[in-house]
This record gives sequence, C-alpha cells and structure tokens, in this order.
Amino acid sequence: MVEILVLAEHRGGQLRDITFEMLTKAINLSSKLGAEVISIVLGKDVKSFAPTLAEYSNRVLLVENPLFEHFNSDLYQEVLSRVIRELKPLLTLIGHTSYGIELAPRLAASLNIPLATDCIDITFENNSLIVTRQMYGGKVNVRAVVRRSESYMVTVRQGSFMVQKPSPPLGGRIEELSIPMERVVLRKRFIKYVPPPPGGVDITAADIIVSIGRGIKDKSNIPLVEDLAKSLGGVLACTRPIVDKGWLPSDRQVGISGKTVKPKLYLALGISGSFQHILGMRGSELVISVNKDPKAPIFGYSDYGVVEDLFKIIPVLKMKIDEVRARKE
Amino acid sequence: MDIIVCVKHVPETAEAEIRIDASGRDIEKQGLVFDINEWDEYAIEEAVRIKEKFGGTITVITVGPEDADSTLRKCLARGADRAIRVTDPKISGSDAYAIAKILYNVIKGMRFDLILTGVQASDDESALVGPVLAEMLGIPHATMIKRIEFRDGKAIVNRELEGGFEEVLEVDLPALFTIQTGINEPRYVSIMAIRRAMQKEIKVLSLMDLGLSEEDVSETGSWIRVKEMFTPPAEKKVEFISGSPNEVASRIVEILRRRGLI
Repeated sequence: MVEILVLAEHRGGQLRDITFEMLTKAINLSSKLGAEVISIVLGKDVKSFAPTLAEYSNRVLLVENPLFEHFNSDLYQEVLSRVIRELKPLLTLIGHTSYGIELAPRLAASLNIPLATDCIDITFENNSLIVTRQMYGGKVNVRAVVRRSESYMVTVRQGSFMVQKPSPPLGGRIEELSIPMERVVLRKRFIKYVPPPPGGVDITAADIIVSIGRGIKDKSNIPLVEDLAKSLGGVLACTRPIVDKGWLPSDRQVGISGKTVKPKLYLALGISGSFQHILGMRGSELVISVNKDPKAPIFGYSDYGVVEDLFKIIPVLKMKIDEVRARKE
Repeated sequence: MDIIVCVKHVPETAEAEIRIDASGRDIEKQGLVFDINEWDEYAIEEAVRIKEKFGGTITVITVGPEDADSTLRKCLARGADRAIRVTDPKISGSDAYAIAKILYNVIKGMRFDLILTGVQASDDESALVGPVLAEMLGIPHATMIKRIEFRDGKAIVNRELEGGFEEVLEVDLPALFTIQTGINEPRYVSIMAIRRAMQKEIKVLSLMDLGLSEEDVSETGSWIRVKEMFTPPAEKKVEFISGSPNEVASRIVEILRRRGLI
C-alpha cells in the first residue's frame, strides 16, 4: 500500500488551517496514486480532533502523552522518525509553519529522506516528485525535482491549497499509538507563551488601510503616509521590515507573523509582496498598489497597479482627496 | 563564549527588478548588488553583542566564490575574529542540504558554544541549513529566534510563532539558533572598520581540504534540483494605471469615489 502521511498541526486546542490544506492536497494526490491518507496528531489530549481528522483521512493516528502538551520538535522527531521508519510512507507532509520549520529539516536529515521546503504545489510525474516553490521573495517560481527516493518529505506553505471537505467523508479508522518516551532526554524545554503586546491600534477593524513597505526608504518619510491615511480616514499599516527597523510598532504589521486584514481598501505603497505579507492582506476587497518594480509580486494580488515612485504619487493623491472632502463639506 | 556564524553572500532583490536568465533555471545576476543575506546580518550582530557581554571569539563561515569575501570583511569589521570561506567549482548546483554538509565538515573539528545563522537566505528561502547542520553535529537547535539570554549555562530564547505570538524555550549549550530579522538593530559599519578588517586573513578551503567529493555536493549530493524558473501566475488581473502623477492620482480618486470610499 502507498501511503501519504500528514502531520496535523494544532495550537491552543484548535487544529490549524494548514492541517486541512495539507489533507486536501493529500487526498487529491492519493486519488491519482491509489494511496491512503494517514493523518497523525500528537498532543496531551487530542482525541477530540479524531472525528474531524477522520473525515479527511483513511487512517488517523493519535499519539497522546502529557509530554506533548506543548510543541517540542525534539519529541515530535522521536515519534515521527519511529512512525516513518515503520510505515515507510511515500510522502510525509508537514506545514511550513513555525513548528514545521523547527521540525522537518532535522527529521528529514535524521531519516536520510529528501526534503523540499515551503512548497506551493506537489506532483508526481514519471515516478519523480516535482515541487513548485518560490525564490527571491516571491518574485519567481521554480519547479524542482526531488532526488529519487522511496520516501519523501515536503513542507507546505500556508494558504497554498483551498480546503475541500471530502464528500462523502473518508471516515478513517482511528488508532491510538503508544510510543515509549521515558528514555528521551530533552535538551530543549518549553517555558511559556508570550502573547502579542496588548493595546495599540486595531488595524483589523479598519475599512481603509494605507500600508507601507521598504519603498518608504526612511523613517522620516512616515509622516507623509500618516497624513495620507488621515485624509482617507484610514489607518497606517506596514510590512515586516518596517517593524524590524523599529519605524512602526508591531501592532501595525500585516502578514503571517502579524495581523490578517480584510479592509474595503488596501493601498500598498512600496510593498513588493512577499507571501508572508500577501497571506495577511489577500482578503482585502480592493487593492491598489504603487511600486517602482513592474514585476513586484504585489501586482498579482492587486486590482489596480501604478508603476511609479511612490513619493511622486502620495502628495498629489493626498491633495486631490482633500479637495474632494472639502467639496463634500 | 565561542560563536560560529554561518553567512551567505546573496543578490539584493527586495527592490530590484529581476529577470530569468537564458538557462531558464536561474535569474540574471548581472547588474544586481550582492551583500550579506539580511537574516545573517542580524545573526552576526547578535553574535557581536554576545561577545561584547561575555567575551570569547567569533568565527564567520561562508560557502561561495571570491566575491563573498566582501560579506566576510563586513562581518570582520563588525567584530568577528576569524573568517573561513569554502570555495570549489564542484559546489555549483548544490542545494541548501549540500551546503549544510559542507558547513558540517568545516565545523566538526572546531570548539564552540554557539552557532548562529539566519532563519533563511533571501535567494532560495529554504530555511533548512541551520536545523540540518544541528542534526549533523548532534547539538540542540531552535529556529526563528527573536531574543537570546543566558542563565545557569543554558540559553533562554524566544521563538517567533504566527500572529505575533512567541514561545520561550530553555536550550542546553552548545546549541544552534537560526536568527529572525528584527532581533536587534544591526550597527552601522564604518569604512574605517572595513579597511581595518582588510588586514585580517580569510582562510580559504576547498572540498578536498574538507575530505568531500563532488558526489557529496553538487546536484548529486542535493535533495532538490531546480528544473525551471518562471514568473508566478497572478491571482488577480491587475489593471495598470499610467500617466503623470497628476493623472494617476485623479484616476485613483475616481475609483475610490465610485466605490464610496471617499
């Protein structure tokens, strides 16, 4: 039997979206390969996840242990390397998330299984595994061939596959695995979670967002865009590099490590559009982008685009908006 | 504290327009400015800050052609003590896994307390060299690190999770950490400091020096091989607005008015 193993990811008692995105892709591949989809979930108390996972899997493996209360890649590696050695799945899927980035490369190296990370598509062609992934901040896609192997591992980018609930549900068999962990010596120990700092501006509640990226060049240019946001009656948001530089606080960050926003207008100024940022704004109703690079990925997610130096556009745009507003009043 | 920092010399593409080259498997590198990988710049800065606090040495390692010396010089100017560059025409075609093997062979005989490197490189974005290297060396690791402290001979680190959350971990030393951008504010490196760093020696090693052969690296020793490169498909069909800034602004205002946004 050919098997596709999917590591279910969860945090705070919830299965995360990436789990269902991977399962959807696994089901899709399995119908072509005649494979079985097996989901595996580790945790302190994960039985409640089993019925949902069973809808998307032919088999569900539950591995419960008080040690798994919090994610620890060392423990996950111990369990998964045993399971993969025994099961020899053709393909193991893990999310390219903060957990997957910590776990997958080391797990693959220890098992001597080739790994392709951060993939947005997966196909088997003539017995070869071909993956699609991005390079250079999302500016190009590559199709890459994975070294021939009996078993492969792929980490999947979040938001790459639209979840489709199988109909009828697969009704997978639920099995509890008992894996002795007494002899595992932990060299890395979880202490606590740190939530994002409270307070600040809630950009997720705004109808209009003016968002800036590296193109803003310098901290001294921020008042310029703040004024534009004010004229529009919106709030100012930004990409990760702006927060990294300390130009705006982290509550303004849109993207995978910041906030997800769905405003009526997202005005992207000097943002190239890495996927980490795109995942935080692709639900916006209207996206207008200004960028000097005509090939900036952000344009692929925009309704309107302007290929121009943002400093030439902002002052005129603000003036015209103020004019319209003044006429209305 | 003896620290090893692994860095990569990469083309700056965040704000550059890039083109796919004639081979269809890579981008046109001519005309692009090369510099230290952004994540690695935070890693070397963090190493220097730790050294300033606790003393010790910093060794910086890269794999790349002679041009990569400029990245090593910047690290030396910032405060690194030694620099090693591995170079060999046979390395061509190597993926991140093969690079990790090379770094392992450089580091395995060395004494260290800490290895730092960036979460990922801005070119291939694999995010795997760090954890694979830690596995080969048999030391603990943690990725996407936003803060490092030391207590009772152990490291206390903050890892970045999604949505602004972090987790705090205690990790035994020696350990490897991959550094996330924003962990610190990299200092400005003066021309004088770079000039002084010109005096420091960069040790150059070949595959043979490391006991490696072409089969260990290149496409043969890699996990993945790029077959073709192409422009990503657009999710939305964008309408480009052209004209003078005045015309562009008028058009945007019209779009916003039509939608009742102003």
